[in-house]
Formats: sequence, C-alpha cells, structure tokens
Amino acid sequence: MRIERRLRQPRWLLVAVPAGSLVFAFFASGLVLLATGHDALRSYRQIFDAAFLNSGALGQTLTQATPLAFTGLAAAAAFRMRLFNIGAEGQLFMGAVTADAAGLYLGGHGWPHALVIAAMVVAGCAGGAAWALIPGVLRAFFKTNEIITSLMLNYVAAYVMTYLIFNTESYWRQTTGFNASVFPTSKTLPNAAWWPAANIFPLGGGIAILAAVLIWFLYTRTRFGFEAQVLGDSPRAARYAGIRTRRKILAVMAISGAVAGVGGASQVGDFSHQLDADPNGLQKQYYGYTGIVVAALARYNPLAVVVVAFLIGALQNAGNTLQGADFPSGLVGVMQGIILFSALGGELLVRYRVRVGRALPAPEAA
Amino acid sequence: MNNSLLVVVLASGVAYGTPLLYASLGEVLAERSGVLNLGVEGMMLVGAVMGFWAVQRVHAATGVSLALAIGVAAIAGIAMAAIHAFLVITLRASQIVSGLALTIFAGAAGLSSYLGNDLNLADNPARHHFDAIFPSSMQHWSIVGPILFGQSLLVYASWICVVAVSLYLSRTRPGLNVRAVGEAPASADAMGINVTRYRYGHTLAGGAFAGVAGATFTLSITPQWTSGITGGAGWIAIALVIFAFWRPALCLVGAYFFGALQALSPQLQAREIHLGPTELWTNSLPYVMTVVVLVFVSASGARRRLGAPASLGLPYVREER
Repeated sequence: MRIERRLRQPRWLLVAVPAGSLVFAFFASGLVLLATGHDALRSYRQIFDAAFLNSGALGQTLTQATPLAFTGLAAAAAFRMRLFNIGAEGQLFMGAVTADAAGLYLGGHGWPHALVIAAMVVAGCAGGAAWALIPGVLRAFFKTNEIITSLMLNYVAAYVMTYLIFNTESYWRQTTGFNASVFPTSKTLPNAAWWPAANIFPLGGGIAILAAVLIWFLYTRTRFGFEAQVLGDSPRAARYAGIRTRRKILAVMAISGAVAGVGGASQVGDFSHQLDADPNGLQKQYYGYTGIVVAALARYNPLAVVVVAFLIGALQNAGNTLQGADFPSGLVGVMQGIILFSALGGELLVRYRVRVGRALPAPEAA
Repeated sequence: MNNSLLVVVLASGVAYGTPLLYASLGEVLAERSGVLNLGVEGMMLVGAVMGFWAVQRVHAATGVSLALAIGVAAIAGIAMAAIHAFLVITLRASQIVSGLALTIFAGAAGLSSYLGNDLNLADNPARHHFDAIFPSSMQHWSIVGPILFGQSLLVYASWICVVAVSLYLSRTRPGLNVRAVGEAPASADAMGINVTRYRYGHTLAGGAFAGVAGATFTLSITPQWTSGITGGAGWIAIALVIFAFWRPALCLVGAYFFGALQALSPQLQAREIHLGPTELWTNSLPYVMTVVVLVFVSASGARRRLGAPASLGLPYVREER
C-alpha cells in the first residue's frame, strides 16, 4: 500500500469525507457505549429527541448553535490563511464584556432599540478584534507564534471577566438589591438592549448567517481574499508578489476576533441578558474550542460552518439537557472528539490517494 | 517560622508544581521530536481517572497498589497520546486541531468524565494515597522541613525524572537524535534516523508523563476523583514548556514558580493581605508571562539559541522534502 498526493481533489470527496466521519463517529461511539454496557441505540434516540423533537428542543439547539457558528467562522476566517487563532474563546468573552457595557449604557439612556442593538454589535466587534489583535500584533511585528499566545489569552480573558463581577464593584456588577448582597451577579440589561427573535430563531443566528456569506464573499470573490489565500499557501510567494504581509495578518486576526466578539455580543443580547462571568456558566461551554471543531469539520468553508454549527449545536444541546439522568455523562465530548478525529483522518483521503497492491519493491534493510 | 507566608507558599508551590513538572517534561520530549500536543489536559484527566480507578480496585498493600496505579495512569496517558501520534505522524493531520480534539475527546466533558461516571469513582476518598515519606521530626525543621522534607514520593521521583530527561536529551545518542528529528527531520532521515519511530516514541512518552501528572492530582494533591480535577493544569504545562525554553531543568524552576503562584492567592486571602486584585494577577500571571517569554524567544537572536524546535508542528513526509 502506498500513499501519493492527489493533483486534483474531486468535489464529491469534500462532502463525502465529513459525512463519512459523522457516520463513523456514531459507529465508534456506539462501540464505546456497548463495551461499557450501555444501550447505544437508546442513547442515540435520547440524543435525537433532546436535540430536535422534544418541546423547546429545537430552540435550545439554536441557542447552542449560534455561538458555535460565530466561533466556527472566527476559526475558519483565520485558519484559511494558516493563522491559527485559537483564541476565539477569549475574544468571545471580551466581545461579551464590551457589548454588555454598550447595552447597559445606551439602553439605560433611552436610545432607540435598533440603535442600541447596532451599537452592541459594533462594541462586540471592537472588543473581540482588540483582543485578537494582541496575538496579531505580536505575530506581525515579532513573529511570535500566535497559536500559544492566543491560547494563553483565553485564560486571561476568562479571569478578567470573572474579576469584573466577583472581585470588584465594576460597572458591570449589580450592587443593589437582595440577591446582589448574597451572591455577586452582573446587572441585567435594560429591555431596549434585548435582541429580538423571530419565533425561536435568534437575531444572532441571522447575523451569523450574514457574516458567513460576507466572509465567503471576502475570501472567494475579492482581491483581499485572494491575497490572504496566497499568503497562507506560500508566504514566500506572497512576499515576492508584493503582498503586504503584516497588514494582512493584522486584518485577518481583526476579522476573526471581531466575528468571535459578535458571538459574545449575541450571548449577552440574545440569551443571557447579562454578563455571565460564572466560571461554571459560559466558560464551561467551551464555545471557542468547539468552534475549531466546527470549522475543521466544515473544512474552513464559511457557508458549511453554519450547517455544521447547527449539527454540533444539536449534539451539545443534547449533552446539556440529558446531563445527570440515565444518560452516560461525557458521551457528547467523546462523540465530538471521535467526529473530529475521523474528519482529520479523512483529510488524508482528500489530499492523498491510497493505492493498494502496487507497492514499490522495498529496499532490503542492510 | 514554618507558618510564615514564604515557607507555606513555597511548600505548597512544590506540591502544586509537581503535576505541572511531570506534564511539561513529557511535553518537552514530544515537542523536541517536533510534535506539538495540545491534548495534555485530556491526557492528564484520563491518567487521573484511571490511576484513581486502579487504586480503588486493586486490593494490595499500599505501596503495590500505588505503584500499579501510577503504571495504569501512564498507560492510559500513552493510549491517549497514541491517537494523536497516529493522526499527526502517520496521517499527517494538523497537530493543532488534533491536539485540541484530544482535549475535547478525553477532557472534562469527554472520556475522563465518562469513565469516572461509569466506574462509579466520584464521592469516595482514595483508598491509598502518597504521603510525606520523611519522619515528622524532619518535616518540622525550620524552612527546609516543609519545603524539602514534607513532600510525597512523587515529588522526589519527579526530580529524578528531571535529571534523567535532561541527561537523555543532552548526553545520549538517542537524545541527540531526537533533537535532530525536531530541528531538521530531513537531515535526520538522511543520517539514517527513523523519524517516524522517534516521533511516535516521544509522543507516547509525553503521554505517559501526562498520565502520571494527572494521577498526581488524584493520588496526592486531592486524593479523590471529581470531573475536571486538573482545572487547566495541562494548559499551564504547555505554557511552561515555552517558559522553560524547552529545557527540563528550567521546567522544574518554572513549575514551582507557577505552583507557588497558585498557592499564593488563597494564602494572601487567609492572612488578609491585600495586594490589588490578587486572584486576577496570581491566576493570569503564568499565562501573561508565557506570552512575554514567547515574544522574547521569537526575537531573531534568541530564536536560534533558545527557541522552539525548528520543525515543531510540521508533519514530515519523506517524498516532499
């Protein structure tokens, strides 16, 4: 058996491999379930019901899918250029912090609904982009590896967010009322800063779809996207062609961070209506990291990210809902991991051709 | 004297630093061979849960069951690392995504929690755990007592590991080979070094160390199992490797420093000493300092002497060299 590089990647494989990995993951996790004495079919049935069929399940799935779409897009936008921004987690937190401030301030000052929401989106963009620009600037000017710096800043962002509520009397913290004296909480947004939803479909979901289309357009139909692609594929060729490397790195990191930041704004505006700084709340959802799973499974295609985010969001939702009962805990993480492992393994089939039976004569070991 | 802030913080810094030390030693081995494994947290958690399982289920003398538990934890870590190794070395997948996938697969919301639940491990104290090994009279010696003689066997074993890994990397032929593989796999291959075998071996060794690091939590620091018991130590260990410039001896210094920072915040609170937002800066300092060190290392002069292995994160494909 030998492996050789494909010159052309057939289109059907680009769909077949992620689909195949989903199927394989269900098989493999089923084996894990059977091996540990669980009824696999029953567990899957439970997941499916909790994700789509039970009353209110679909709305919960959308609630989970929306932040994943944002963080998935953030990862896709950066990874396409081989900028490994794994800081969507922290950028989402920072976007939530800034958007919450904007909502509290403008909503409290009687601005019209639409303007408050627009300001929250802009503030979320700014917060996320600013946080992403720290690794971006370090990478552009000092060639510091952005993988580790963006990862480290996730933790700093989480501690900052917790600090704002738990250890200070900051602008975000509720300081009056009975509950506030018992346990530290954040202020609830005024009604003018609550994002509307079309039935069960949150406004953030719509913004995510819009963002996906914009990013797709940017990367496939504009000069900027083309140059970013060249830079990702071959930095040397990009430099010879006169593409401004630093500027591109900064721009792509800012876009990636801004998208994650809107995810934070949507968390605050669509769902929690306050800054969820509890280490056991938002931070336990790992939206930033799961977003990378989503992006990788979508092969960094922004439009596919939205679809995959919905599916992974469904799985995530089922995991949250079924926690505790007679449902094996940790199964969702195991399944997500296996899905991703098989998608990664499947990449080999997309990029390379495996030929069987035509092995070259192996050189005799001396 | 022994209750002074400095001594208490240093003594618990050594204890808290030990899992960081084990995990970072393993990550140094993997990264020196060119394989970045971001799955440390996941490997640690599976090591922690399996080590704890072994100590609960094996009915034997304390020493035997603890030794067995450490062995089981190491094997569990190896099994997790094997997934990563297969994906990134054989299948040439992205090391970043695969490592993150490993943490999701094995981590607090994944396999470790599944196993802990299925094997009914929560809510019970460990049947055996690592205790301080020196007589209590020695532990009461001023200053050095609590810091040096109040520790468990795992701490002293980790010192041996530091020396062993350090000598291995700098003084033995396989150690030199693995550094060659991490810096320039094509040249190493041309020299007749089996790049694939070296990368597999050291990634798996990294898994074994991570597994033991996890077991340090469940068998020594807080001898029980709760889901997500490592609380992000795996990520600090990854930071530590950079902080230590990929050198085992510096890992020891960094591990105890980061460990002491973890111990500092509750101690300051208990003594009602206020140094600004204590929790914020003691918690984030390891991460911020790692970023600063990383910026420093990436300056061109330091990069060659102190920096990351040149081929870290890159798959090696002989046909495309």
